[in-house]
Amino acid sequence: MNRGLCDLSAVEIAERVRQGDLRAVDVLDSALDRIRQVDGRPGTTTAGQALADDEITVHAFITLTPDRARQQAEAIDRQVAAGADPGPLAGVPLAVKDIFCVRGTRSTAGSRILEPFVSPYTATPVERLEAAGAVTVGKVNLDEFTFGSSNESTAFQPAPRNPWDPACVPGGSSGGSAAAVAAGEAVLSLGTDTAGSIRQPAAFCGVVGLKPTYGRVSRYGLIAFASSLDCPGPVARSVADAARMLQVCAGVDPRDATSARVPVPDYSQELARDVRGLRIGLSPDYFRLKYPDPASGVLAEQAIHPEVEAAVMRAAELLARQGAEIVEGVPMPNTHFGIPAYFVVSRVEAASNLHRYDGVKYGRRARGDLPDVQTLYRRTRGGAFGLQPKLRILMGMYVSAEQYEKDYYQRALQVRTMIRRDFEQVFDPAGDYRLNCLLTATTPTTAFEMNAVYGDSVLMQYADLLTVAADHAGIPGISVPAGLDARRRPIGIQLLGPDFSEGMVLRVAQAFEQATADDPWRLVRPKVLG
Amino acid sequence: MADAISPEIFQHLVGLAALELDAGEAEYLRRELNSQLKSIRELEAIDLDPATPIASHGVPYTPEISQLPREDRAHSSGLADDILAQVPETEGRFIVVPDIPHTDLE
Repeated sequence: MNRGLCDLSAVEIAERVRQGDLRAVDVLDSALDRIRQVDGRPGTTTAGQALADDEITVHAFITLTPDRARQQAEAIDRQVAAGADPGPLAGVPLAVKDIFCVRGTRSTAGSRILEPFVSPYTATPVERLEAAGAVTVGKVNLDEFTFGSSNESTAFQPAPRNPWDPACVPGGSSGGSAAAVAAGEAVLSLGTDTAGSIRQPAAFCGVVGLKPTYGRVSRYGLIAFASSLDCPGPVARSVADAARMLQVCAGVDPRDATSARVPVPDYSQELARDVRGLRIGLSPDYFRLKYPDPASGVLAEQAIHPEVEAAVMRAAELLARQGAEIVEGVPMPNTHFGIPAYFVVSRVEAASNLHRYDGVKYGRRARGDLPDVQTLYRRTRGGAFGLQPKLRILMGMYVSAEQYEKDYYQRALQVRTMIRRDFEQVFDPAGDYRLNCLLTATTPTTAFEMNAVYGDSVLMQYADLLTVAADHAGIPGISVPAGLDARRRPIGIQLLGPDFSEGMVLRVAQAFEQATADDPWRLVRPKVLG
Repeated sequence: MADAISPEIFQHLVGLAALELDAGEAEYLRRELNSQLKSIRELEAIDLDPATPIASHGVPYTPEISQLPREDRAHSSGLADDILAQVPETEGRFIVVPDIPHTDLE
């Protein structure tokens, strides 16, 4: 498949559009052409039998908004012609995870219960991206209400597939985001990360995914899952593109009280600096993990996959050569409690957030003989929620029940403090380790096959073992591509830094990106691009 | 070991969650709940100082970075019609629901 304008970086597109060297409508056409070539049929709730073609196409999108996009692109071209500056993302095709509300578009959360919902307002990060010139091509698929790590739980089938190998999952829950960006169907995507939902699919699809600090980007207009953990953030093909996107999205928003009053630095200045003198940690607790055995469920210690481990060690070596100081043996002893604590905290918050779907105010409503309002609630929720939301609501009910709350919910929140302290201790400038960041794998393995894990809700959750601690702690993390395994599936490495250190994390990520710019794997394209 | 979430406890949870489930769903969900609880039990084994504070957010919201409370003043979103347009069943500008079980006061 020929390269197109949609394969350019966001920075190049925006600069050329601003200079009048490129038209936003041509960039949009290129992205829409690519979608026609690789995406196959979009996700619907009435997909029926799988078709042979479904297995070789990406299915990133639920809803395309080409007319709205064309209006945006034409407006940008008119602005440039009139001598005005449309902004730092002028003409850049954007795919929005369908968990964000965009006024006048369907906003489904990947669930039948919101299938008919057309949002009356627009989420703050989307509003900021569009105000900076980004052109929204459509809404991309996700696990239902973001509940999953493979994107297979969406009610809108066919589920997205991995552009590098369509037999594999793209990861999740921002699977449509990562797949669309990897395949050139969009140049940027806005995702969300609650346990790893930006970083894990980014790793699986060979793209960059940044989970900002909790409070860095407004959650206004984000359909809530676990309110104390949900973080909107960029999915991009390069670190510089992710930095530019974060620059636009970040900053306080009066409509989200948890958005923090912390000034947003100029990330491009951060990227201009090198990594000399930065202390980068490696922790054994991110190389050897406690996993449940799929057959017996018994927890056993396992190492991350050797090819993934080799990628992390090579990154450490390359960063050391550029003057960073590598600190080995950093203890992060509470890392492996991340998943069990998450099973509790996220479920309590999910159950609370999902009570608003009752068939009364918006979304789907059960039909037929409904003698009273309780029957309406039960039948609407029973019929329109998929298995994953039901499972999370039930678990949230159980662990927050009066007789168990102290043992489960309170304890999980205390464990969250312990996880946070692990990070505080190693990042403490006066402590024993004085790290600027931690370098880890993003995922213990590369992408797994479709249907290999789906249905086993415990094993699926453990796909987030290396990412979830950052969500508990609130700190920023980035996944960057670090090569391909023997089966040509992307490997991702992760950098984790202290609160609001996105600039430094991006800087280290870019140093690694530049050090590997001439690697042979950089020339390999995803299989769907032929 | 007996399942922590017995069929009776499960039925109670289903009622609280306001869900109507078929038999196949119920069986899958109860099995997965019990399997997740095994993972959650790992938390019990942690040697935890009972004085450890809870963290409801990872990032500490100090006064310096927290937003000030908004002024308590009502203002219109101007979106009432758009919001009402999303309601599955209306009569004029009223939202229609089936009977709400109630007792008439004497």
